[in-house]
Amino acid sequence: MKFREWFKSGDPWIWLIGGALSISVIMVVGLLLLIAVRGFAHFWPAPLVETTVTATDGSESVILGELVESETLPTDRIPEAGKIVDDEQLVITRHLFKVGNRDITGRDFVWHLEPALADFSYPVDAMMLERREWGNFYGYPLRLEESGQTVASGEALWSELQTRIDRASELHARVTRIERHEIGRINSELEAIRLEERGLDHRGVTGAERASAMADLAARRSRLQEEYENLRAERNDLQERAERDVLYARTANGEEKAIALDQIVMASKNNSLGLAGKLGFYWHRISGFLTGYPREANTEGGIFPAIFGTVVMVLIMSVLVTPFGVLAAIYLREYARQGPILKMIRVSVYNLAGVPSIVFGVFGLGFFVYMLGGSIDALFFPERLPAPTFGTPGLFWASLTLALLTLPVVIVSTEEGLARIPRTVREGSLALGATKWETLWKVVVPLSAPAMMTGLILAVARAAGEVAPLMLVGVVKLAPSLPVDGQFPYVHLERKIMHLGFHIYDVGFQSPNVEAARPLVYATALTLVVLILILNLTAIAIRNRLREKYRSDSD
Amino acid sequence: MSSNVNTAGERQSFLPDADAMARRRRRRYLADGAARWMVRAGGGGVVIALALIFVYLFSEVLPLFKGASVERQESYVTADSEATAPAYLALERYGEIGMRYSRDGELVYFKLGDGEVIRRIELAVPEGVRVTSVGNGEPRARTLAFGLSDGTAIIVKHNHELEFPEAGVRNVVPDPVFPFGPEPVAVDDAGVALTAIAVQASRDDTGVAAQTADGRMLFVRYRVSTGFLSGEREVERQSYDLPSFGTLVTHLQLSANLWNLIAADASGSLIYWDVARPAEAVMRDRRQVVDEQGESITSLQFLNGTFSAVVGTSAGNLSQWFLVRDKTEDAGDNIFYLARARNFEQHPGAIMAIQPEYTRKGFVAVDDAGHLGIHYGTSARTLFLDRVSDHPLVGVAVSPVNERILVEDREGTITEFDLWNQHPETSFRALWSKVWYEGRSDPEYVWQASSGSDSFEPKYSMVPLTVGTLKAAFFAMLFAMPLAIAGAIYTAYFMSPKLRGKVKPTIEVMEALPTVILGFLAGLWLAPFLENHIPVVFTTLIGLPLSFLLIAWAWAQLPRGFRNRVPGGWEAVILLPVVCLLVWGMVALSPLIEIWFFDGSMRQWFTDMGITYDQRNALVVGIAMGFAVIPTIFSIAEDAVFTVPKHLTQGSLALGATPWQTVTRVILLTASPGIFSAVMIGFGRAVGETMIVLMATGNSPVVNFNIFEGMRTLSANIAVELPETAVNSTHFRVLFLAGLVLFAMTFIVNTIAEIVRQRLRARYSSL
Repeated sequence: MKFREWFKSGDPWIWLIGGALSISVIMVVGLLLLIAVRGFAHFWPAPLVETTVTATDGSESVILGELVESETLPTDRIPEAGKIVDDEQLVITRHLFKVGNRDITGRDFVWHLEPALADFSYPVDAMMLERREWGNFYGYPLRLEESGQTVASGEALWSELQTRIDRASELHARVTRIERHEIGRINSELEAIRLEERGLDHRGVTGAERASAMADLAARRSRLQEEYENLRAERNDLQERAERDVLYARTANGEEKAIALDQIVMASKNNSLGLAGKLGFYWHRISGFLTGYPREANTEGGIFPAIFGTVVMVLIMSVLVTPFGVLAAIYLREYARQGPILKMIRVSVYNLAGVPSIVFGVFGLGFFVYMLGGSIDALFFPERLPAPTFGTPGLFWASLTLALLTLPVVIVSTEEGLARIPRTVREGSLALGATKWETLWKVVVPLSAPAMMTGLILAVARAAGEVAPLMLVGVVKLAPSLPVDGQFPYVHLERKIMHLGFHIYDVGFQSPNVEAARPLVYATALTLVVLILILNLTAIAIRNRLREKYRSDSD
Repeated sequence: MSSNVNTAGERQSFLPDADAMARRRRRRYLADGAARWMVRAGGGGVVIALALIFVYLFSEVLPLFKGASVERQESYVTADSEATAPAYLALERYGEIGMRYSRDGELVYFKLGDGEVIRRIELAVPEGVRVTSVGNGEPRARTLAFGLSDGTAIIVKHNHELEFPEAGVRNVVPDPVFPFGPEPVAVDDAGVALTAIAVQASRDDTGVAAQTADGRMLFVRYRVSTGFLSGEREVERQSYDLPSFGTLVTHLQLSANLWNLIAADASGSLIYWDVARPAEAVMRDRRQVVDEQGESITSLQFLNGTFSAVVGTSAGNLSQWFLVRDKTEDAGDNIFYLARARNFEQHPGAIMAIQPEYTRKGFVAVDDAGHLGIHYGTSARTLFLDRVSDHPLVGVAVSPVNERILVEDREGTITEFDLWNQHPETSFRALWSKVWYEGRSDPEYVWQASSGSDSFEPKYSMVPLTVGTLKAAFFAMLFAMPLAIAGAIYTAYFMSPKLRGKVKPTIEVMEALPTVILGFLAGLWLAPFLENHIPVVFTTLIGLPLSFLLIAWAWAQLPRGFRNRVPGGWEAVILLPVVCLLVWGMVALSPLIEIWFFDGSMRQWFTDMGITYDQRNALVVGIAMGFAVIPTIFSIAEDAVFTVPKHLTQGSLALGATPWQTVTRVILLTASPGIFSAVMIGFGRAVGETMIVLMATGNSPVVNFNIFEGMRTLSANIAVELPETAVNSTHFRVLFLAGLVLFAMTFIVNTIAEIVRQRLRARYSSL
């Protein structure tokens, strides 16, 4: 085929637009793969590398850690490279190591140029400790001491260490439980007493009534104080027992370091793990991530409060958005007079779905939080003022704002469902003498239920991933307590919550140690993507199933 | 159920009797009616609630454009105010007492509301000496200096204290302070009368500048120190002679840092001395203020922060002047000159008194035709200008919290006004056109809403944010439009149904991907990656299309028999590995390209070429946000192309057109409204996107279209600043305005798209 002929046939253009599609598909798949690979890899036990670094002044030091990434750059881009290699070498590779030991060296991530490094070795005895503070520790175990007495060293050390870490972890968990739940409960009861006192002032209660109320409050307070003292004693006792054992370890450079066992989350000799061991490690890390609380300014630990906050917020939002969305759709489709005005209203409602989410956040902050919340505080919680209760961003306002944001989604999809019901079905019902409402409630609404369900799930998927408005109306980087707990009234609508999406933003961009937080952000992103993909796929599945189920009815 | 008892010959019925039926029917109709009302109320309510968003945003923004309102309260004559001319009036923030200095050296504290004198202080003017000049410092420093005829001066602060005698009771108590003692302190060693005086208290020193009757200019700095052993207060005094030039000055003002001295003289010019190093003080600049013969400067005051001065003239003209850095080559560092920044609305009479606001860049002025004017510097707004008195007004004061104004007329009557002036900083012009801010060398578009300093001038120009928004959306569309539209046409027209059923959901699922994830990847992965591999951008941009064409040409050379075995619409699949390989190759090649063509670092090369390169720039945002809008555009455009009636395309093919000719001449033409609306909706999404721009740009509000620099968008700006601003402040409302602008912009764009789409649907059904 001649080139000119070929060109005139238009085939090259078809290849070009086909190429555009390939690029799009590759980007989509590549992005999901990138998140999946990085997210899942975070939990896999990385091999511990040991090597010797020669500094520019000739001094040598040993580093031990995980190899995070490597990149090849032109030599000119790296100023210090000139001192190590000659001008002949055009490109140079550098490696990023996670060397941990932040309490000793001050920085836990270091770049090293390849020419400055000796060969890599993977010592079998090297261990990694995940600690509650100061990040990971990399080194070699020396001996285990109990109250100053050496109890294990050498061969026996490792298994002894594991059992004792389990013991210390269990004690630590009990300490945390006392601090978080028991003492938290006492604090909130004390706060309630304080508020009741202020309430007495507020209502102007005087005389005998006041005296008896005050006496009652004082009695309750002293009882709580006593309870608190007991708990504190118990906590201190547990704490002391947890701190009994100390591990002595050596860093790669030979420094000795004492680490109390209650500071250790887990210990692992990555290089000597078999596949089963690695899988166990992997599972342990993933479950710890999903069920644990964040540590070290959110850069370590788990994301349980964020998952919990996201789910609770989305649930409340669903409860709010479903009835109103369905009602509005039924009104628009079945009751409102059809005409140009309705058409305009409908277009406007649909277009609200395209209004930037931050605008809803602005509205939520101004109208819900400051206006509605401020009024609620003035009416129902005057004794707490000037500290706001509902007049500050919180769970309920976040849910309400998102409900408003997702309302168009539910309306649009419900309306589509209603429009799809064949006329014959309605007319059949009406011909049998059913009223309009009966036709709607018993015939039309059940038939369009799949559409409503789809709308709701799409709304949930959108709400779960939305961050911008939440930054204004109720999400914080670290919430002291969960929005649902064992204290009356169990669901605390006024509390601030943590959120997966905001967690990504906060940890990735506001955290003091971005390098350390990065894998965690990937893992969080993966969690969120999985959550949203599951929701979307569920929406599709439910729609298909319900469609099948009602097909026989509508035909 | 009662009627089915059998009696012979009667018809048996299982139906309820008529009564029960009627009851049941009534109940059903009642339920029907109730449901109708409930649905109407509920559904209508939801629609109204959605409309409320717009109404509410609008109502929050509206106060920005309201002027000031002034309401007349009590008028009264305080003791002596008839007899003596006022030198200075002041108010304290709780609105309980007022202060009045008279020209002959008396300070009176009086109760607001009825003018009852609470305390009266006669300054210790020695026998046979009289007050020859009065000068005031910044209002919030509450310092005044009275220059005397023997070359000395009395410096006084009209302080007040709060007392809480019992719970819930607050008293404001006069507490005048003489920082250097009640006795006069020496200004001129020669003892010549001081004809003009200025005072300013800085953190350690108090500065006094004065002109003597014989035309000498003096600058004196006082410092109070407490003796280490004796415990006695000593006043340290340093006096300097300033270069003078003969004419007599009428007004003097000293800046708060004691670096700049500004004077007005009888010929109507402003004179500026640089006194930062008093021993080497120089007169830097002199500018004519009045244009017409016979017009003279009648008032001169610094605005809050003492960066700019307001000049009032006998013709009622008001203008704002400030010091601008001289940028000409030979001027040297820190050389300033006087520049007229703006004029205000003219008063009908000569300006008699000006008082700046305590915390903002506004001021109040009165004239001898009885008018009160409220003006604001930054926005050049005159918020109020009206006649409030039949007599010439000679004194004015505004309260520190801008809630009350006091004026005094020539008859000595003091009148109080309640003031509402919450948002003078913004006007349509201040928001959307260039404004000359204090200390800048030119009028500029600047967004800088807050700062740590008290005397900060907030800069609310929406232009940098709007430009940033459009810039981000533009680059996103530049990236997304070709890919999405081309992909949509290919998927809808060339692809086999089976493949289409897989490809379409794959791309559409991306629409549900949270943008926070895209933003995080853009900021933490893509931005550093691109910074290290800049050549990749250019090589792939050229390399990809070229390689596609090459493969296509090669494909055309293959034997027909082989080609026919591959079904139509598989071009994209064949190209998948090509794209992967090419991108991988380009990344690997990138450092070498940098070495061969750009001396090892393309970023450095950009810098050398004068192009700024930020790590988080518009390119990164364009790719990430383009990624976010591709599914939107793709999905709608694909629908539009796919629903082009089949008989049109088949007719075209039957007439001998090639598939590509059918695409360009039939499909694109018919589906173009649909594609247009897809692009509009994508654009709307890009304009409002928050998280991606928040995370993938440096959020610096710059005004340019450089692809390698960042930007700050309206939405990101709201997300960053709204949680930290005070409720109902101007800043708060301006951010609401940004929200309203976004709302209106996207709503209009989406409405156009929706209307176009509906028209298209109608046209298809008629084809």
